[in-house]
Amino acid sequence: MRVGVLGLQGDFREHLTVLRSLGVDARDVRTQEQLEAVEGLIIPGGESTTIAYLLEKTGMLKVLRERGAQGFPLYGTCAGMILLARELSDPYPENRIALMDIAVKRNAYGRQLDSFEADLQIKNIGSFRAVFIRAPKIVRVGSGVEILAEHDGVPVLVRQKNLLASSFHPELTGDPRVHRYFLEMVAQG
Amino acid sequence: MERLTGTFKVKSGLAEMLKGGVIMDVVNAEQAKIAERAGAVAVMALERVPADIRAAGGVARMADPKKIKEIMDAVTIPVMAKCRIGHFAEAQILEALGVDYIDESEVLTPADPEHHIDKWQFKVPFVCGARDLPEACRRIAEGAAMIRTKGEAGTGDVIEAVRHMRLMNKQIRMVRQASDEELVTLGKEWGAPVEVLRLIKELGKLPVVNFAAGGIATPADAALMMQLGCDGIFVGSGIFKSQDPERRARAIVMATTYYNDPKVLAEVSEDLGEPMRSISAAHLSERELLQVRGN
Repeated sequence: MRVGVLGLQGDFREHLTVLRSLGVDARDVRTQEQLEAVEGLIIPGGESTTIAYLLEKTGMLKVLRERGAQGFPLYGTCAGMILLARELSDPYPENRIALMDIAVKRNAYGRQLDSFEADLQIKNIGSFRAVFIRAPKIVRVGSGVEILAEHDGVPVLVRQKNLLASSFHPELTGDPRVHRYFLEMVAQG
Repeated sequence: MERLTGTFKVKSGLAEMLKGGVIMDVVNAEQAKIAERAGAVAVMALERVPADIRAAGGVARMADPKKIKEIMDAVTIPVMAKCRIGHFAEAQILEALGVDYIDESEVLTPADPEHHIDKWQFKVPFVCGARDLPEACRRIAEGAAMIRTKGEAGTGDVIEAVRHMRLMNKQIRMVRQASDEELVTLGKEWGAPVEVLRLIKELGKLPVVNFAAGGIATPADAALMMQLGCDGIFVGSGIFKSQDPERRARAIVMATTYYNDPKVLAEVSEDLGEPMRSISAAHLSERELLQVRGN
């Protein structure tokens, strides 16, 4: 299975490490040609304004919008989730993939001093240590969106068909179970 | 559900998110917005950029909190601010302001001749400069969650950043090859805490993110440092002391992502206008060097 991690900016190497530990042919994706070669894509944590700027500049934004709408599996963590969200409480970034029927508020858990670790219960996975870094908050989910985990009553891991998104960073703890879940989505996709 | 804040994981985690990005020095809200628009992953809020600090002389201190707040209000990306080496009261003030990262920086005039800040006492993460691996290890032992090369700030001359990065790479290779007993001897010779050296040997790299800083002025400089193995780039005076800051900022952002693609580098390096007024680091006297502050 060939899975890509968007390598424009952010902690893409950590995602590649987890995927490779699961025996996947994981690839750093920075160009349209590299994007063509993968069966699913993870959009990592990083700065959403920076990644959005580079996505548009490279022409990959349009391609991701089209392919994502046709069933191409996408998983966004933190900044990646912001790019997947259809609705945003802030003006930035304007140009997003915007396919997932969720509303997100950037930095809504606070600044870095409020970044935290917490244990979650994830549906079909169980207890999971999650790291939230200047995390975006999901403030609304559409009817077609399944909530896979919550923290303090707020959804933090959600799925809509071929799209998966989390406020937290499973790539930072080395626990591969959320990645394995995404790989099952890619296998079905 | 319980929330654990201020853990080393969340401190170093933010630095992980900044990787492959450019952190830009800004002195007001307007510059901060330009940096954000150009694709900066964070800004460093300052009263003056290093080139101006160098020119002004005297004692350089933490910026006015009003200035820092103005910059924090202007952008959504993380905001960093500098305090003097060893000046833990300045650091307490910056933490109270809610900045996202503190740079305990040699660019400001040191406040303590012997000690750095005990960074474990803070919930806010710290980045510190280093000229070699032992210095990086000492800062990590004090609680730094991110390292940057010191380079020679405010010069626009990349040679010192290259020197520091190459030395760190060489010393990491030495640690990887050292036996357990040799590691103790290296620690003694280098003045580096052995437990940090052990961690480096185990991981094969620094346990925290390492950015390049001090003298980066062009997209090619950024690409050079990335190819030498840095995780990202700090640009101090290089952007807002150049002729066309926004254009240069965008070009350096592109060069940091596509550091391995000379075609992209050629394209973004074109027609950027004059770089900052630069000075050769080799022509500075020992007294004028910022990198020797704090060790």
